[in-house]
Amino acid sequence: MKEIFKRHPRYAQAPQDFEALPDNLWIRCPRCQELLYSKEHEQALYVCSKCKYHASVSARERLAITLDEGSFSEHDAGMRSADPIGFRSSGESYADKLTKYTEQADANEAFLYGTGRIEGQDVVIGVIEFKFCGGTVGAATGEKLARAVELAVERRLPLVLVSGGGGMRMQEGIISLMQMAKTLAALDRLREESLPYISIMVDPCLGGTTASYAMMGDVNIAEPGAYIGFAGRRVIEQTMRQKLPQDAATAEFLLQHGMVDMVTSRAEIPSVLARLLKIYMAANPSRERHLVGQLA
Amino acid sequence: MVSLLDFESAELEAIRKRAHRDGIGGEQLDGALEARLTEIYRNLTPWQKVQVARHRERPYALDYLQWAFSDFVELRGDRRYSDDRAIVGGPATLNGRSVMVIGQQKGRDTRENIQRNFGMAHPEGYRKAERLMRQAERFGMPVITMVDTPGANAGLTDEERGQAEAIASCIATMLSLHVPTVTVVIGEGGSGGALAIAAADRILMLEHSVFTVASPEAAAAILWRDSAKAPEAAENMRITAQDLRSFGLVDEIIPEPEGGAHRDYPAVAKAVGDAANRALDVLLELSVERLLEQRYRKYRDISFFLE
Repeated sequence: MKEIFKRHPRYAQAPQDFEALPDNLWIRCPRCQELLYSKEHEQALYVCSKCKYHASVSARERLAITLDEGSFSEHDAGMRSADPIGFRSSGESYADKLTKYTEQADANEAFLYGTGRIEGQDVVIGVIEFKFCGGTVGAATGEKLARAVELAVERRLPLVLVSGGGGMRMQEGIISLMQMAKTLAALDRLREESLPYISIMVDPCLGGTTASYAMMGDVNIAEPGAYIGFAGRRVIEQTMRQKLPQDAATAEFLLQHGMVDMVTSRAEIPSVLARLLKIYMAANPSRERHLVGQLA
Repeated sequence: MVSLLDFESAELEAIRKRAHRDGIGGEQLDGALEARLTEIYRNLTPWQKVQVARHRERPYALDYLQWAFSDFVELRGDRRYSDDRAIVGGPATLNGRSVMVIGQQKGRDTRENIQRNFGMAHPEGYRKAERLMRQAERFGMPVITMVDTPGANAGLTDEERGQAEAIASCIATMLSLHVPTVTVVIGEGGSGGALAIAAADRILMLEHSVFTVASPEAAAAILWRDSAKAPEAAENMRITAQDLRSFGLVDEIIPEPEGGAHRDYPAVAKAVGDAANRALDVLLELSVERLLEQRYRKYRDISFFLE
């Protein structure tokens, strides 16, 4: 009898904790908090349907989005960090952490590269893996980056790098900082060979990554809304002792200030790449050199 | 009179007290203090080295320009936007040779530090450095850089003007110069802001200088979200000149006078000038092709990985 008088909620209510829903069915947009149906989210290439935030994707997913199906052939997949400075923090060794990162990311390092095709055109492509130590660059990462550049030189192919991550890896100290010089030295040889390098910067792209190879593309492309810069937002806010506006240091901000050539949505990037590669590879750099020589 | 760092004054005060109690003074006390100071400086911990490298009386770039070089003429401005006082540079003479000198410059007092932004350069500082490097190349002048910065400045206006691009471009330019390049780390080498002018044929470090992937404070903030753990970061990150030498990243360690560079400007300046000069003697013998090949290998071969 008492049941009749029990108060019922007036409206249908969503379950209190979304965490209790079946795993991976719904995903919350990290930027606008919108709840997204994961099947649709995946079909939208992990771009939020409400705020268009381009969520981070794994290196494998990135390759699947960018390259012709089945065209990727990976190089140096087994290369991994040697823990060059024997770093430990609060009792936990970096060597142990590396094992954890490898499991989390299902990759041996924060960067993978190889050859592939974009709308039928051969390229050397390298992609950051965020899930491995936040996509930071250590000595093995730097070695793979340099080898990617060298592979492009050796095969006379254009280079496409998808860059992001937290910058140089603290746990490898000064050795990781020096990877900035190493990657730039390698890129200088690509330049001399007049092979195009297209840099795609994705959220977030910070520190030494931006301050070395990521900014040095012949063409710099940024994904919408990506935080790209030398210092992270937290660091800038500390330096300036004030809150930053939402759009500060984003891809659109960089476009406005002349640091990138275009802000391009994830879905459009492959066709833009294809067009650029076609034009640059059809140009005749040796003729150009000849002209320069005559002028001198 | 040199100001003492906390770890020095604690130890020396203890000796003074004991001497006072035992009725010792004069030359005997001075000798004891000096011996203790030498011992302290021989056994500095990494965090203590950071403090010595940041000592407010330590010689800065302009001091070396005064004591080790002659005829220095400062050139200013990046010809793009502004002049950054955190980086100084211009042509000078070293042992009869014309060279281009570029260095990060901290301020001695609050007023000067505001002007020089504590040695933290803006993009225009790196663009000025790049301009001077290109000019040096045109005149066949070797480039000598002096590194002394906590890092590049990290403000929103720096992002607007392309701090990352300025640093990347400065490193790339330095790596491609057709003239010899020598870097001396004279104080603290902090992060990409230091590397921007340190990608040289030869990297020399003063005995008590440090070179870090990020300042200990920044590293602690990144690793543990707590910049107060800077000493722990310093102890764990292998940042001393001796560490870098053991990795083969540094070509030579320049010994400092007893008790640190700040205790004897002329002596440390002579040591720096001599070391830079010796490095140039070797580099100037090389053909441009050999020079560029050696430089490429120096950075390309910084490889530590497992396969």
